[in-house]
Amino acid sequence: MRILGISAFYHDSAAALIEDGRIVAAAQEERFTRVKHDARFPAHAIAYCLEEAGCTLGEVDHVAFYEKPLIKFERLLETYLASVPSGFRSFQMAIPVWIKEKLFQKSNLRKALRGLPGGAAWNGDLLFTEHHQSHAASAFYASPYESAAVLTMDGVGEWCTTSIGHGEGNRLALKRELHFPHSLGLLYSAFTYYTGFRVNSGEYKVMGLAPYGEPRFVDTILDRLIDLREDGSFWLDQRYFNYTTGLTMTGDAFANLFGGPPRKPEAPLTQREMDLAASVQKVTEIVVGRLAAAAARETGERRLCLAGGVALNCVANGKLLREGPFDDIWIQPAAGDAGGALGAALAVWHQFLGQPRMPLGDRRDGMQGAYLGPAFEQAEIEERLAAGGAVFETRSEAEVTEAAADALAEGKAVGWMQGRMEFGPRALGGRSILGDPRSPSMQKTLNLKVKYRESFRPFAPSVLREDVADWFDLDTDSPYMLLVAGIAPGRCRGMTEEEDALFGIDKLNVPRSEIPAVTHVDHSARVQTVHRDTNPRYWNLIDAFKRKTGCPVLVNTSFNVRGEPIVCTPEDAFRCFMGTGIELLVIGNCILHKDKQDPALLKSYEDAFELD
Amino acid sequence: MELMGEIWRYVRVRKKFWLVPVLLMLLVFGGLIVLTQGSPVAPFIYSLF
Repeated sequence: MRILGISAFYHDSAAALIEDGRIVAAAQEERFTRVKHDARFPAHAIAYCLEEAGCTLGEVDHVAFYEKPLIKFERLLETYLASVPSGFRSFQMAIPVWIKEKLFQKSNLRKALRGLPGGAAWNGDLLFTEHHQSHAASAFYASPYESAAVLTMDGVGEWCTTSIGHGEGNRLALKRELHFPHSLGLLYSAFTYYTGFRVNSGEYKVMGLAPYGEPRFVDTILDRLIDLREDGSFWLDQRYFNYTTGLTMTGDAFANLFGGPPRKPEAPLTQREMDLAASVQKVTEIVVGRLAAAAARETGERRLCLAGGVALNCVANGKLLREGPFDDIWIQPAAGDAGGALGAALAVWHQFLGQPRMPLGDRRDGMQGAYLGPAFEQAEIEERLAAGGAVFETRSEAEVTEAAADALAEGKAVGWMQGRMEFGPRALGGRSILGDPRSPSMQKTLNLKVKYRESFRPFAPSVLREDVADWFDLDTDSPYMLLVAGIAPGRCRGMTEEEDALFGIDKLNVPRSEIPAVTHVDHSARVQTVHRDTNPRYWNLIDAFKRKTGCPVLVNTSFNVRGEPIVCTPEDAFRCFMGTGIELLVIGNCILHKDKQDPALLKSYEDAFELD
Repeated sequence: MELMGEIWRYVRVRKKFWLVPVLLMLLVFGGLIVLTQGSPVAPFIYSLF
């Protein structure tokens, strides 16, 4: 039996296909349309999923949508009614969208599905799961656990913003919920807006900025903005926020509380923004810790599954793992709304149809390393590259690996496109830009010449699973780059008094460990453990780098520039290669050197995408 | 008509009968707003719908 899951019409639309409970394919629409956070009906992602499964839509039994539109509409109406007349401008803008389109989502979805190739024959059910049910299902059913506590946290779905659930076998029940407008995700987004970053994509930047600051606003946040209780439940004082009825996230009271208006996007960052970031990060960690403790008490479980946008806060995740109460946690790699597509499909299979979970066998979890997107055969790669005018050499897999490892050891930035594309926001060695973590200048080079992004942003390390404990303060699997851990004390460099006294962004240029390019200013790193069974090519590359340098770690950043969706096809990868400072590109068994390419194909990529 | 059926089922299941007059009013005023609107989403920093 085949079930197609869809998330769409809000942000990050995606499709996922499961076959008798096994995840066959999952991908975000933005990767195909090249429009970041594309929210349109995911026609391309669905077409890909069907192609991967070798079937047509007519052969799909159920289609599941990741949330219930009418309950969302109910939330909007009740919110506007509760705040009349102050929300009229927002009401005036939101309601037409619903009257014109969103109220008709069921028939529009059906129409869009029937409009797909082979869709006319589709006569299956169109089902709707709740938003947080989708998140919870994506976390629990794809996890390796037979039973676990489940915690979902995000901005908002229908009403729910946070839920605690319990999964056992194929049963999953959400036991407690917090409702809009009281939302940890929206609190974080409010600070994202206030510190001058784009809501729904700049949250990572706030998290990355936090270690530069001092959490001097924690008490202000806890005293004035959020009424946090012992069990993790909380209440946000809406006098400071504007998102329920206004067009911005925060209002004048918020600005008065924190001493000034929001930072303008792209304006210089000051110590105040860094301190605000540090403060909201700290508060987030406190709330997540209390919610997790409540989940442990309520379920009696020792293992936890996480999903929802807040679960992408890997600093909070790392702290939760270190400080307990859970022995182990598993985080859905597509924890944001894109993962809702997968969760909706899994919820239909296990909850609606009552099907049992499949034994894991020797698999780590149900996600297959998150490599659930398109792959390209060698012949197809060569054909596509040749058609694009690329100059390339084809070598054996072992030679390609050696050549890439050599280039990395020489300090070059290497584009690495192998196998299936990742599902979720992280590049995990399928569509990555790689570098040498030992180089003190690599972070700056990658940020400014390759990624064209803010210089303060940290990079993450990929490390062989076998060596993780030797280099980081971590000895568990972190295959999805969703845990932050310290650099192993023996690998850290002692700081001089002068260096220790530096403030804010001045901390950036001080090497802090043997792998400075992936060591953040607080000596932490967002670790990806690389496993031989899920990505043997990437494992072999890091192993080759280790043989040459003694270092089993690489810098791994997503294969894109700021504002661009991660590359999907060989053409996307070649375009990005030609527009950035990447010096060597490896796709399958093809090697491309920048200095051998036709100069006419070089073009500036820096302004090609709207900044995120 | 499919939408009307859905809304009726929703109102029954969620016991939100008090929303019925609001929904009816919306159809009238919303229709007017639709007729006088351009692109509605752009000004939102974060649209919660």
